[in-house]
Amino acid sequence: MATARPGIITSLEMCGIVKRFPGVLANDGVDFDVRAGEVHALLGENGAGKSTLMKILYGLYQPDAGEILLNGRPLNIASPAQAIRLGIGMIHQHFMLIPPLTVAENVIIGLPSSRRIFVDTDRAARRISELADAYGLQVDPRAFVWQLAVGEQQRVEIIKALYRGADLLILDEPTAVLTPQEVDELFATLRQMKQNGHALIFITHKLHEVMAISDRVTVLRDGRVVGRVATQDTDEAALARMMVGRDVIRTWEKPAITPGQVLLSVEDLEAQSDKGTPALKRVSLEVREGEIVGIAGVSGNGQRELAEAITGLRPVTGGRVIIADRDVTNCSPAEVLAAGLSFIPEGRMTMGVIKEFSVWENAILETHAQPPLARGMFLDFKRIADHTRRLIGDYEVKTPSQETPVKNLSGGNIQKLILARELSRAPKVLVAAQPTRGVDVGATEYIHRRLIEQRSQGTATLLISEDLDEIMALSDRIAVMYEGQIMGVVRGDEASPEQLGLLMAGVRS
Amino acid sequence: MINELLKEGALILILASGVRLATPYLFAALGEMIGQRSGVLNLGVDGTMMLSAFTAFYVTFASGSLALGVLVGVLTGGLMGLIMAVVSVTMRAEQGISGIGLHLFGLGMSNLLFRLSLGAISTVEGFRPLSVPILSDLPVIGAVFFRHNVLVYLAFVLVPVAWVVLFRTPLGLKIRAVGENPQAADTLGVSVTGIRYLCVIIGGMMSGLAGTYLSIGLNNMYVDNITNGMGWIAVALVYFGRWHPWGVLAGSLLFSVVNALQIWVQVRGIAIPYEFAVMMPYVLTIVALAFAVRRAQQPAALSKPYERAEA
Ligand SMILES: Nc1ncnc2c1ncn2[C@@H]1O[C@H](COP(=O)(O)OP(=O)(O)OP(=O)(O)O)[C@@H](O)[C@H]1O
Ligand SMILES: [Mg+2]
Repeated sequence: MATARPGIITSLEMCGIVKRFPGVLANDGVDFDVRAGEVHALLGENGAGKSTLMKILYGLYQPDAGEILLNGRPLNIASPAQAIRLGIGMIHQHFMLIPPLTVAENVIIGLPSSRRIFVDTDRAARRISELADAYGLQVDPRAFVWQLAVGEQQRVEIIKALYRGADLLILDEPTAVLTPQEVDELFATLRQMKQNGHALIFITHKLHEVMAISDRVTVLRDGRVVGRVATQDTDEAALARMMVGRDVIRTWEKPAITPGQVLLSVEDLEAQSDKGTPALKRVSLEVREGEIVGIAGVSGNGQRELAEAITGLRPVTGGRVIIADRDVTNCSPAEVLAAGLSFIPEGRMTMGVIKEFSVWENAILETHAQPPLARGMFLDFKRIADHTRRLIGDYEVKTPSQETPVKNLSGGNIQKLILARELSRAPKVLVAAQPTRGVDVGATEYIHRRLIEQRSQGTATLLISEDLDEIMALSDRIAVMYEGQIMGVVRGDEASPEQLGLLMAGVRS
Repeated sequence: MINELLKEGALILILASGVRLATPYLFAALGEMIGQRSGVLNLGVDGTMMLSAFTAFYVTFASGSLALGVLVGVLTGGLMGLIMAVVSVTMRAEQGISGIGLHLFGLGMSNLLFRLSLGAISTVEGFRPLSVPILSDLPVIGAVFFRHNVLVYLAFVLVPVAWVVLFRTPLGLKIRAVGENPQAADTLGVSVTGIRYLCVIIGGMMSGLAGTYLSIGLNNMYVDNITNGMGWIAVALVYFGRWHPWGVLAGSLLFSVVNALQIWVQVRGIAIPYEFAVMMPYVLTIVALAFAVRRAQQPAALSKPYERAEA
């Protein structure tokens, strides 16, 4: 497979890379390099320009200025096809898989076949199994991609790159959607690759991952390199400071509040998964005024179904949902919203916003039909602009303009926009699912601060998260879900990671 | 009527004519299916068929060569496909609208050229039936399937060919990848533009074949609006067949056999109002589509122009 390649990659340098988008200078004279046998972590806030820099390296974007040196020789990477020929592979921030095709088919797309005009999936399957064995990437080549769990899909992405003989692998936030166990497995694979002489570029927002896997760290801010250190000479707090430009608060002092009346109550709730299997088995819980209740658990244990059953997006097959004394079981989402609920969904791009819509359109998705934003049957554009300007300002959403399509914002800024829209409705009950997934440390801090402020104002918050640190930092009480049931509820100030970990694994103490 | 229908002769006649009538649907729908598999919805099928029907007819009329007629008909279709590709792939125009534009262009152009060149209905000596040795002597099946002209055989042969290409070749894999997730295909070094051009042009050529068959393979003459909406039905058949060659074959046969039955009913003068008879196939399409499409899995990127977000 390593045929017709100019040679093994021993070093790669990017010098003075500049890339402009309309209204944004995404890369502003960036220098970056990576060598065989090392993991170079690339850190930076949302929108700092990390993905842009990597897309330039992979030939997807052409830089406006700067040059790339491969093994010391300058060259121009005109297309992904050329990057692949040079031995560069990339795992993209969003999966680049084709669900209706099999694993083997996904891997061999675009490659010439040994059987000339016919595809040779058998041979591909054998080769995939070899790679899987060598790098600990177990996956069934004949399975359809839509059948795979997220962690397995990630493995397919890596196999795709290795199959093409990648010497240099770019991993753009590969861990954002993985469980802690899957992250450990991924790291084992990466260490193996490093030993075999691959050069690896690793992007993440999780600082402890940077400390665990990388040899060097480069930090980007606003498209410029603001620091480069050897991992052994730094720590998480120093990295956070470098990224954001100030100290970052990672543990919170919550004001003492006596929780008031029950605002969200779920009684013996039952619902089914997409596949029609029971996903919630008689789940009961209460959230009071001024209280944050965390739902911890490994993803896929009913958390998503719980959020959707509460918000009216999934039929409830048994039990009741009560919001502020109103029974909203199986009510439409509009009725649930009217009862005083706000929802931050985990699928940011699919359920949280309409990607093609502009910032202002997304900002008024729920309230556009009511005064003051609507006058009779017409939209009041002036009020809408004012309203949007206030949200953007109050919640520090970075966007070139109100007219910018939301898909051009960085992940963290999209999340802030959703937060702004949902919290500005002064909700009685807030359901927040994975509110900081893929969000940088600065924005995470901001979102946490807002959630705590909301608590002080009396909102009852249900916080669903796979990030134990987040759950423990914010929750007054923590409920752990396992296989559609609540395994136990512990007080936030008494919980330990070990105790929660056991409950998450289904072990009752 | 049932009694008459059950006579073997009548049934064979209807089925054989169903197979003949299925031919233009097959050509056009298979071509459209390939285009849609790559993510391009081309609604210009009907107009393309008309223009090709005319050019093929005219060249055959003027030169006396059927082969030349087919060649020109196919090239005309390819050219129409190329126009569609430039507008919808390179210029990223809204596909539904550009397809309708292409249709209207083909419609107007064929009328105009007909008026300017021939002006009156004329006929040519079209393709003659070619009995397949041995097979055509089989009872029933022989008469239904194996006594047609070469274009009919070609249409049916293209069904398994399309299947093999789509599901057994690296090219087919690229086509499906581009139609499902062009971004993913792009990151694997597949040229989204190249694949879409190829598929849309092939689709156009097959529409061209469909039109060619109408004027020099089935009717042996050219009249205004020769397609009578067949191109639109072909688009519907792609949905009906769920983007699958065998599904398209089943849909084409079902539709054309009902059509043949309807013609037979009319010719026989059976006491069903003429309008009802003519409506039958179309009502059937609507009903079938209502049921078939709900569960269908269309290519995820169908009718979405691709842009690498490069500024
Ligand atoms: N195709 C595009 N068109 C216009 N602007 C873009 C485009 N892609 C990125 N940008 C802008 O360029 C800047 C850098 O984006 P980039 O995706 O590189 O950030 P990032 O560091 O990867 O952020 P994140 O951590 O959220 O993934 C952002 O301000 C973003 O809005
Ligand atoms: Mg990114």
